[in-house]
Amino acid sequence: MCSLALFPPPLPSGQTTLCESNNELLSGASTEDRLKQESSPLSLHFPRESLKLHSRTESSSKAAFLDHSETLWMRSAAAWRDGGFTGLLNEITNSHTEVPKWLSMSSGCILALLRWVSSFHGSLFPHLTLSSEDMIAEFSQVLNWSDCVVRAFAWHPHTDKFAVALLDDSIKIYNPKSATTPTLKHRLQRSVAAVQWKPLCASALAVACQNCLLVWHVDPCSLSTRPSSGCAQVLSHPGHSPVTSIAWSPSGSLLLSASPMDSTMMVWDVAAESCVPLQRVGGGGVSFLSWSPDGSHVLASTPSALFRVWETRMWTCERWPCVKGRCQSGCWSPDGSRLLFTVQGEMVIYALTFTDAPGVPTSTSQGPQAAAVVADLSETTFSTPDGDIVVGGEIQSLVWDPRGERLAVLLKGDPQAADRPAIIAVFKTRANPIFELLPCGFVQGEAGAEPRLMQFHPNFQHGALLTVCWSNGRITHVPFYFVSAGVPHFGLSGSPLLPHPQQRPADFVNQSLFTEFLS
Amino acid sequence: MNGSGIKIKATKDLHYICNFNCSIQVICWRAVASIAWAVLLLPPITLVFVIISKFSFLHPIQTISECLYLLTSASGIFSFILLCGVILIVGFLHLEYYTVIPTIACSKIALLGQLLHPRHFINSLVHCFMGVIVAWCCAVTMGLRYETLGYPCTESDGHPQMCLNEYHLILLLAGAFVGFSHSLLGVIYNMNYVSFHTVQQYKYLRFKRCLPLVVKCSATQALYSVRNYIVMYLFLGKCPFFMNKISVHPLDSIAGLLDLSLLYHLWSSATFLLLTWNITLLLFRIFVTEVYSFPVQSSFTEDSHQCLPKVLTEKQPMILKFLALQDLALLSQHSPSRRCEVFSLSQPGGHPHNWNAISKECLSLLTDLTQRLVAYHDTVATNGRAKSLSSGSERKTSSETSVTSGTEDLMSPRPVFLMKTPASVFARSVAGTPQSPLTSLFTPDLDSPFASPALRRLTAPVDQCSPWYGTVQSPHIMRRAPKLWSTSTDSQVNGSPTPSPASVPSPKPEPSKPSFLAQFLQNRKEQVLKPCHKLPEASSQALFADSQAHIWALEGLSYLVQASFSEDQFGVVQTTLPSILSCMLVLQEAVDRHFKLPHASSKPVRSTSSMGDSTYKTLRFALRATLKTAIYRITTTFGDHLNAVQISAEHRKRLQQFLEYKE
Repeated sequence: MCSLALFPPPLPSGQTTLCESNNELLSGASTEDRLKQESSPLSLHFPRESLKLHSRTESSSKAAFLDHSETLWMRSAAAWRDGGFTGLLNEITNSHTEVPKWLSMSSGCILALLRWVSSFHGSLFPHLTLSSEDMIAEFSQVLNWSDCVVRAFAWHPHTDKFAVALLDDSIKIYNPKSATTPTLKHRLQRSVAAVQWKPLCASALAVACQNCLLVWHVDPCSLSTRPSSGCAQVLSHPGHSPVTSIAWSPSGSLLLSASPMDSTMMVWDVAAESCVPLQRVGGGGVSFLSWSPDGSHVLASTPSALFRVWETRMWTCERWPCVKGRCQSGCWSPDGSRLLFTVQGEMVIYALTFTDAPGVPTSTSQGPQAAAVVADLSETTFSTPDGDIVVGGEIQSLVWDPRGERLAVLLKGDPQAADRPAIIAVFKTRANPIFELLPCGFVQGEAGAEPRLMQFHPNFQHGALLTVCWSNGRITHVPFYFVSAGVPHFGLSGSPLLPHPQQRPADFVNQSLFTEFLS
Repeated sequence: MNGSGIKIKATKDLHYICNFNCSIQVICWRAVASIAWAVLLLPPITLVFVIISKFSFLHPIQTISECLYLLTSASGIFSFILLCGVILIVGFLHLEYYTVIPTIACSKIALLGQLLHPRHFINSLVHCFMGVIVAWCCAVTMGLRYETLGYPCTESDGHPQMCLNEYHLILLLAGAFVGFSHSLLGVIYNMNYVSFHTVQQYKYLRFKRCLPLVVKCSATQALYSVRNYIVMYLFLGKCPFFMNKISVHPLDSIAGLLDLSLLYHLWSSATFLLLTWNITLLLFRIFVTEVYSFPVQSSFTEDSHQCLPKVLTEKQPMILKFLALQDLALLSQHSPSRRCEVFSLSQPGGHPHNWNAISKECLSLLTDLTQRLVAYHDTVATNGRAKSLSSGSERKTSSETSVTSGTEDLMSPRPVFLMKTPASVFARSVAGTPQSPLTSLFTPDLDSPFASPALRRLTAPVDQCSPWYGTVQSPHIMRRAPKLWSTSTDSQVNGSPTPSPASVPSPKPEPSKPSFLAQFLQNRKEQVLKPCHKLPEASSQALFADSQAHIWALEGLSYLVQASFSEDQFGVVQTTLPSILSCMLVLQEAVDRHFKLPHASSKPVRSTSSMGDSTYKTLRFALRATLKTAIYRITTTFGDHLNAVQISAEHRKRLQQFLEYKE
């Protein structure tokens, strides 16, 4: 089992990680690095000051208008439309001067009763009492989401373009091959928790918003920088908000969405705008989804100490109760046979192995019996020239590169303590003869910037490319150059890698690398 | 249980109906299973209804004892047997009337035609009658003032005589009304349309998921039906027939009808009626659309007609073709061993018969859709509004190759990919009559609602005396025909109702005699049919009514081609790859052009609270998305290897767009 004690010590401050080459992580001074980063077309910087933030939320703009007296009927209808049954009861209770006494009394009683029941429900599932912004922050894969300039990031699965969701609720699409960067804005696009491109499609981008799900169709050939909101499909279902996680099926046909408020998981047929709710009792919601790259399984974690693994042929699921906390994050190996996940409150990475052949409907009998611990990330003290640094602790998110050779782990750290920074630890993974994780190193940014969000490029030619969004609004890319032991073929849905125009210096490519240099 | 005897008899009957054809038997057995489940679910539903109708807050114990007494009484058991019989009949009507390709009425008149068609009318009458039976059972169950039709009373002069119990009557009539309106709504909302789901689930889970929706639908539909019924009863109650003074409680006044308990009982029995029927329908849909796994090849020749390639090519019944296509899409996606059979060679001989049959059928489906779209676009694009297709010759597909097979084949706008489901609504009644060309546009179904008696009088004679009827043999003239008509229509006839600006300065073509005559007739027809304004986007829906088949064909082909990259040992797929690619690209072009038409890309209003399945309204969007994904699936798999595939330069350019992810 791998632990952080085997890692090379973190870099001294002022140094940033540049790339992995020849089996070690290379670093550079940050000034030199900045010059290099600025020259690269895909490295971006979003200073917080450049974003125009909403000064007030939409609902509070009511105060700007004159008070308009409407009849009780009109107000009741509006309350019914906006707030549902509870809204209506609230309205009736509040306008006690106009309605008969018994009506306002009884509606007040019903309201109190409802609140009591919901508080009881909330005591079972404490997350239900959170506001929707807090809930997204709690369950997002992004570290400290509410304070983050870059709130979501997504590489296109086939080409070198990506979408960035910013704090001001806009989404920008960058493509190195085109000069235009479309900016997507929509009335309903608020508090973006996740974005994902549709596989096997050039244009469709799904966005998880506070109240709904948007699917943008951004024509790659269009020269428009502000696609109209007519290009977006709005998918919503009553009770299904806020949406914190989405997942496209690797074949591009279905879209899954999950909300911690809703115990059903929606399977959307986006073209028809219809959905099939998949409900299971228990858990109190669904907080995180991850579709295996071969399309056969879906990980769905709930806000309580339970997660499910769905099999996508007949949509049945296995329950996996955790001992301690909820499943915080998870990722699949490229062939869909292995699931790595982390549990809130524990400092280890677990692995589950699915040995069944894809397509066999009943997987329960062949599934694994228990999860195995593959890495221990408990706190370890490293002494650096700047003093001791404690690395380790709880894990925010896990990502695995598409070839299954590098695993990046975002450690939460402690924002209060200066010597416990959030940091990305990168492991090498190997599947033969036994599955194990080997240390690779830490990825660090400029001084004072902590990693918030990371993602691997889906088809990087020369190894793996990790994209990191930092707390200072910078987006950098860290390449890991290696020669993969056996180029994996990604099952049914994977695609053989396309030749890309050479962008990187080729001198790293031919050097032989040893991924298993340490045991 | 009581129903089991009836069930066994029913299955025996079906055995004969099914004609011992194994594949069709599958459908019949599924229908029987669904009916059996519906009958099994009847006791709990009835129990709930009894409790609801008899419940009183003040005497809960008395309620229970009354319920128990009712359930064991002879009349209770008799009415339960009647209800089982009704469920059986409803189930068989579903089996008789269901369709996998919806009949889409493109105008109000067409819809009216559908409603008045004898086949549907009989259906409505049967439903009406069954509604009365169910209402009678409800009346027996509820007891009290509803129980009997007559009751002894004394007239003013002291003579004892039987009086009409209007409470009983109102309930029976309500049953008839609800049954009738249910079947009418069924036609309007295409309730006999059975759609297939993209997400596979086990039957039990699917039923569990849909049950709350069905209950909600039934309750709301019952509410509306009862409201309409009350209004109707109020007005008809003024009729002299009902004013016979035989009733002591006159219910023809507003005050008499505003009896809360009566309304409640009417609503609950209407809900009960609709719920049992809707559950039967739901079970039927779930059972009949379940995935069926056809063998790809069989080692025995006598079983070969059940194999996937054989079933795919068969036209009848449509549902089997759909099930086979669904199975193809699933096997290509999930099952490596069955894919291996598709790619295998025949022994002896070494021919890829399986792949050839499958790919040929899928390609012919796609080509057919392309031709349909092109023909539609040609007629619409010439003057901006939909003209009728003049002939069916545009719709030739490779599967039906006879070029000149006689007048019948030329004149009737028969979509070659024949949509004759066993339940195709008008199949039995009017299949033989020559069709008006108009119908081909208005519905995808050969047997269109225009064949209703009223309209047949208008259109059929025109057809019969058309100079082309029975004379024109050459397909070339027919093929040229739409152009001739559409360019000259507006310029020649002054009485043209809506001259479009685009066609005003159109140069006069050579007015050949047949075209002039035909055009004259065409215009007359247009004037006659002017009241039937086309519903927007309906014709677009109609074009894509059977697109579920195309979606599966696209998925099946693209997944198989993708798998062939690593699994196809003998290279059988490579030989068809150029034709697959060009077929998809041509279709892509046609679909793109179609979506540029007005109304084509407007989304239909989503209706959720209805038992009718509106999947067919969005099929064109699903097809567009699937088509793009299918092409991308092939291009991402093969990448630059596609440059070695022989296709035309234009297609290569198009393909390059896909390779660069610019579509």
